[in-house]
Amino acid sequence: MLTTIIVIVVIVLIIAIYAGIYNGLVTARTHTQESWSQIDVQLKRRNDLIPNLVSTVKGYTKYEAGTLEKVVALRNQMTQIPAGDHQQMMEVSDQLTSSLKSIFALSENYPDLKASQEYTKLMEELTNTENKIAYSRQLFNSTAANLNIKIQSFPSNIVAKVHHFVQVDYLEVPETEKAAPKVSFDD
Amino acid sequence: MLYQQIAQNKRRTIYVMVGFVLLVMVIGMAIGYVFFNSVIMGVVMAIIIGGIYMVMMISQSTSVVMSMNHAQEITDESQAPELWHIVEDMALVAQVPMPRVFIIRDPSPNAFATGNDPEHAAVAATTGILERLNREELEGVMGHEMTHVRNYDIRLQTISLALAAAISVLVNIGMHSFWWGGGRRDRDNEGGGYLQIIMMILSVLVIILGPVAATIAQMALSRNREYLADAGSVELTRNPQGMISALQKISTAQPMKAADASSVALYISDPLKNKHSFSHLFDTHPPMEKRIERLEQM
Repeated sequence: MLTTIIVIVVIVLIIAIYAGIYNGLVTARTHTQESWSQIDVQLKRRNDLIPNLVSTVKGYTKYEAGTLEKVVALRNQMTQIPAGDHQQMMEVSDQLTSSLKSIFALSENYPDLKASQEYTKLMEELTNTENKIAYSRQLFNSTAANLNIKIQSFPSNIVAKVHHFVQVDYLEVPETEKAAPKVSFDD
Repeated sequence: MLYQQIAQNKRRTIYVMVGFVLLVMVIGMAIGYVFFNSVIMGVVMAIIIGGIYMVMMISQSTSVVMSMNHAQEITDESQAPELWHIVEDMALVAQVPMPRVFIIRDPSPNAFATGNDPEHAAVAATTGILERLNREELEGVMGHEMTHVRNYDIRLQTISLALAAAISVLVNIGMHSFWWGGGRRDRDNEGGGYLQIIMMILSVLVIILGPVAATIAQMALSRNREYLADAGSVELTRNPQGMISALQKISTAQPMKAADASSVALYISDPLKNKHSFSHLFDTHPPMEKRIERLEQM
């Protein structure tokens, strides 16, 4: 009698612990997916802003067509990347960030452009989007670390193996951004 | 480490509450004894006034604190795009909901956060800070405020603010009734003995020292939190230099015109720029040089 009770209690305990670990893993995985979608939203937003930027800048500058074309080309390339390919998407995104920077640097030569209200507004919008990309990337990496630790450490690694949880790759921060963590188009 | 910090803060909030409630009761007893000749009446008064203040602050803290500091809410990002976007960014990395955003018309650079919990939080910035600081510096400042929100510092501050206010109201009531003749009469107590005299002296001491003790407790709580929030800010922005140069700019500016004296501890830097007492006992903020020094070591 007593042994049956003990056996039942132990089994119930094991099931409870197992369920707890499993739920923890699911939560961690959902967090990484959520934080990736944060990045995705910002990337899409930037893609929407770029045509506006190009048309605004075009009105003021005649000879910089090359820089603008590059931005447009990268933007179009970005929309072609399959949704699951995080690494490639971030790679193109970084290139886009640096060519946008060169557009902003270029505006220094055109006082009229800099003074235009539309351009100031666009610049704040783009700065905001760039910073949000950087911050949501940071968030993604910390949620990924959280999931990866769970997948590797005992005893959650057993549950992870049974239910095929896979580790998530970190998003590498490009060298240029390591020196200056965020983009700042003002001053 | 951070989660431990949050848990510790929640626990400490309870200790502070218990301590403060006891202090309010003792002061009530002393006031009752000295001015109304009735300990019970003092305690009842203390409970009522303390209770009213607690309920008021916990339910209304944001509006009360903001109106005391003449802050105006902005509800749309177009009113202050840069500030709004930075607060959004910091809420994103700190993983707290977007707080309400307020602006104070004052040329002195400063900012604070308040509220009861991360779901009901608010941040305020002066127009001075928006003009003087660049984006990275402002990110540092808002990261600092968001750390206060995430660590539940704002709740602790709100509660201690309420109880400190209750204590000062109690002492005021006692003083008024004393001056206007409602107070204790000595005629029926003549020859009351040593015990009564000692009780009297003790009570007067409590009345005088009580508010001081409340202030010291509040200040000590606040000082420690500033270091933590500075560190938390760097954890969010990954940019110690932004925070350092923000603090440098803030420390060299003029004091604020109309900061509310009881909310001094909330601000990122002492808004009144009080002359530092050499004991540092009454300082709400650690010395700026020390804060910068700690950031430089990160």
